[in-house]
Amino acid sequence: MSISAQEAHYGFTERWLPRLVLAPSFLLTLIFLYGFIIWNGYLSFTTSRLMPNLTWAGLAQYQILFENERWWVAVKNLFIFASLFIGSGMAIGIGLAIFLDQKIRGEGILRTIYLYPMALSFVVTGTAWKWMLNPGLGLEKLMHDWGFIHFTFDWLVNSEMSIYTVVIAGVWQSSGFVMALFLAGLRGVDDSIIKAAQIDGAYLSRIYWKIILPALRPVFFSTLMILSHIAIKSFDLVMALTGGGPGFSSDVPATFMYAMAFTRGQMGVGAASSMMMLATVAALVVPYLYSELRGKKNG
Amino acid sequence: MANTLGRILLYTVLCLTAFYYLLPLYVMFITSVKGLEEIRSGNLLSFPTDISFAAWGKAWSSACTGVECRGLSSYFYNSVRMVIPGVLISTALGAINGYVLAKWRFKGSEIIFAMILFGVFMPFQVLLLPMAQTLGWMGIASSTTGLVFVHVVCGLASTTLFFRNYYVGIPDELIKAARLDGAGFWRIFFKIILPMSTPIIMVTLIWQFTNIWNDFLFGVVFSAGDSQPITVGLNNLANTSTSVKEYNVDMAAAIIAALPTILVYVFAGKYFVRGLTAGAVKG
Repeated sequence: MSISAQEAHYGFTERWLPRLVLAPSFLLTLIFLYGFIIWNGYLSFTTSRLMPNLTWAGLAQYQILFENERWWVAVKNLFIFASLFIGSGMAIGIGLAIFLDQKIRGEGILRTIYLYPMALSFVVTGTAWKWMLNPGLGLEKLMHDWGFIHFTFDWLVNSEMSIYTVVIAGVWQSSGFVMALFLAGLRGVDDSIIKAAQIDGAYLSRIYWKIILPALRPVFFSTLMILSHIAIKSFDLVMALTGGGPGFSSDVPATFMYAMAFTRGQMGVGAASSMMMLATVAALVVPYLYSELRGKKNG
Repeated sequence: MANTLGRILLYTVLCLTAFYYLLPLYVMFITSVKGLEEIRSGNLLSFPTDISFAAWGKAWSSACTGVECRGLSSYFYNSVRMVIPGVLISTALGAINGYVLAKWRFKGSEIIFAMILFGVFMPFQVLLLPMAQTLGWMGIASSTTGLVFVHVVCGLASTTLFFRNYYVGIPDELIKAARLDGAGFWRIFFKIILPMSTPIIMVTLIWQFTNIWNDFLFGVVFSAGDSQPITVGLNNLANTSTSVKEYNVDMAAAIIAALPTILVYVFAGKYFVRGLTAGAVKG
């Protein structure tokens, strides 16, 4: 039955009630998401600095943004962080899921342990790792106590390496989540396929590589989406762990935007940088959402 | 034989990884019960000889978070005041939206769903500047009410998604039968749909609770002194530069900030995991 034919059977109230009920949320979304995107976009084309200023400035703020060395450090850091965070998170998560799938005793406990970091806020994670990676007292002192006297680990205060400490803490936090997604996927794979392959004499590793993992392609894409999305939005972790420092060496676009818009009185540049973030996310998400929603309609 | 060796190897790897995931929790806890002198003389893993919860007391009621030295307690209550209405309102709206979008579709409702769905992914940085101004106009800038409002607006997308995907799985025949019996929009919702919704309500409550409790971005941008949530309090405390850095107090504070979500995870982990997987836009 088509939607309009279905509607013909409804009374007047029942035809309009659903729309009326949805209206507040729709309006909130329209104003506070889409309206604000336009508003923020407009701000990025004005001369706004400490205060919003509606004088049109064309692409001036974007020019300032693109000539700002700090912005490019942030972009480069995001690239480093995202690729390592996603790559290692995926590898560790998938590995753990496959290991846990081998009829392990105490699987429940192990799963719980692997996943609990996801319940913590990034601020807590950042604070904890900041203490452990602290040169002098943290890991470094531990290694010295264990007899490795020349061990040094100063990434946290080393402007060349500080972004990698963010990777360490981020992967610790999120890899259990990848494990959970893939484990759910693995449990959904039909056992008979695996049995058939085993009868054919295929090794377990080969079965995973050739049959099971390819079947999990949708899970892989979902996870990829979510991890890249977490990476682009990451703000709290950087703020709590390094504060973007030393200097601005571990800045990412999210912390850059915050600094420009709220502490340095460069509202226009802040707005422009957030539009760049939006563009990046949209480029990733819109095709994904499109295929998800379309796929569901056909399936 | 090779098989036994493989199993041993497997368990070794799994246990070592478990150790790696637990390490920060262990370090946080033992550091929080050590004295400063012991922190300096011992190392990250060394067990405390003298267990004291003084650092916890200090973190709760007298540690300095910037200029003020009143500990985390007031931040903690701010978070409680923010999280309860935020979670309840966004969940209720999500349930209603999901019900309409799954069972009362109309021309254009799919487009509305797609529009709301984008809110799950959008980087909130885009909202910060306009929102700051709007909250000012509405007279709720730097207040808990303002934060609740922001969390409701931004949580709407995920709560709607959760309920919509769950309700799609409820057979349409059920609704049709109820309609034949003369039940209307609200009656079907309250008498049939809602009683079947306990699992998804749990998932959404826990998901929203974790997200709102753990939020830092909105907290740091939209709140001031007496409305700041616990995450901002913790960050201020850990980044306050004092002459003597009190790592035990920092770690106690971090555990206090993490405790509510850890407890939820321990007692309702099943729903937490379902929320995580449901967040992966499947359904």
